[in-house]
Amino acid sequence: METKRKLRVATTSLAGCFGCHMSFLDIDEHLFELVELIEFDRSPLTDIKVVGDCDLGIIEGGLCNAENVHILREFRARCTKLVALGACAVNGGLPAQRNHLKLTEILEEVYHTSPGLAHGLIPNDPELPLPLNKVHPLHEVVKIDWFIPGCPPSGEAIWKALTDIVAGRDPELGFGTLHYD
Amino acid sequence: MSATFTLDGKEVPFRDGQTIIQAAQEQGAWIPHLCYHPEFKPHGSCKLCTVTVNGRHMASCTTQATAGQVVESNTEALNDERRTLLQMLFVEGNHFCPSCEKSGNCKLQATAYELGMMTPHFDHFYPSRPVDASHPEILLDFNRCILCSLCVRASRDVDKKFVFALSGRGIGTKLIVNAASGRLADTNVAMDDKALEVCPVGVILRKRHGFAVPIGERTYDKAPISECPDYSPLPAKEEA
Repeated sequence: METKRKLRVATTSLAGCFGCHMSFLDIDEHLFELVELIEFDRSPLTDIKVVGDCDLGIIEGGLCNAENVHILREFRARCTKLVALGACAVNGGLPAQRNHLKLTEILEEVYHTSPGLAHGLIPNDPELPLPLNKVHPLHEVVKIDWFIPGCPPSGEAIWKALTDIVAGRDPELGFGTLHYD
Repeated sequence: MSATFTLDGKEVPFRDGQTIIQAAQEQGAWIPHLCYHPEFKPHGSCKLCTVTVNGRHMASCTTQATAGQVVESNTEALNDERRTLLQMLFVEGNHFCPSCEKSGNCKLQATAYELGMMTPHFDHFYPSRPVDASHPEILLDFNRCILCSLCVRASRDVDKKFVFALSGRGIGTKLIVNAASGRLADTNVAMDDKALEVCPVGVILRKRHGFAVPIGERTYDKAPISECPDYSPLPAKEEA
């Protein structure tokens, strides 16, 4: 008897808000169908710490710091196909509204000069990833195979795109499921 | 009204002096467009209305209809090119739809939906043009401007006020306000000016009017832009 190998899928949130993952969970009882078709590798929903060899990597959030870039490159190296999920991954999203401000001024204001800070100091421990000068969408750093826009994409849009991918098609969204907001 | 041309294989009648897009719209045929508006002289800047006329690429908003033309519009090749034009417009500005008050009522966004744009594809420019919030009732966010010049034309031709203008060259071209100070508050703009209602994107906004329409009820939530006869070919003043 031939059993079809399950698709191995990793997911992560970079400069994201986890809203795309929540929207992913909004496919509700389709999740039961989905676990028949895929198994999860590294994901905020599993305990796996390092991404393994996967068929598909799903990434929400843009790139705002060095660790984001590191993880994105790891996903690109380990996943056959990469999906940019949501507005942030697709075009930087609302976090990219910081791009017209000077990074030093933002950090100064948040950690140093704002009223109510006891001993204002910009965090400088090497444990912390350094922020990038600007926020970038994923495709400016690695090749992205598919883009699913939306802030977040609806559960319906994510389910449609995933079923397209599992069936070996390029994901397509139409009127009602294609949204940028 | 006996002369006709064909649009995607269908006969389209036209009157002398009509452009291809005018004749097409009168028959209810949608040709994608952003800078074209039937109440104004064509501008020819967005290039989305590009069709092939007897095999050659032409802007249907500036090309006069003549008898026997073979016009193609809804082809995969032309829609591919239109998608690329849309992607260029999206990366040249800051089109963060999730926080834009025009989302759902925006022609740029709705046209991109219609043409199935999944990603802006190119590297982003992230322009940094300060907003003009000087006017008590009107906000200008120049980072969303697609330089269609509809506000320029409306202010000049209908309002007779010359409040807006395009200035600069190349990628430095931008919308400016015609006042010595450059501020909207220092113009004679008025709330019932035509210029305020023609912006197809989220540049010219009425203050304290954002997010008034529930999601699902906005213009392009209810029907795709190709099915929204937003501009009647005859002068009418229905605007969402």
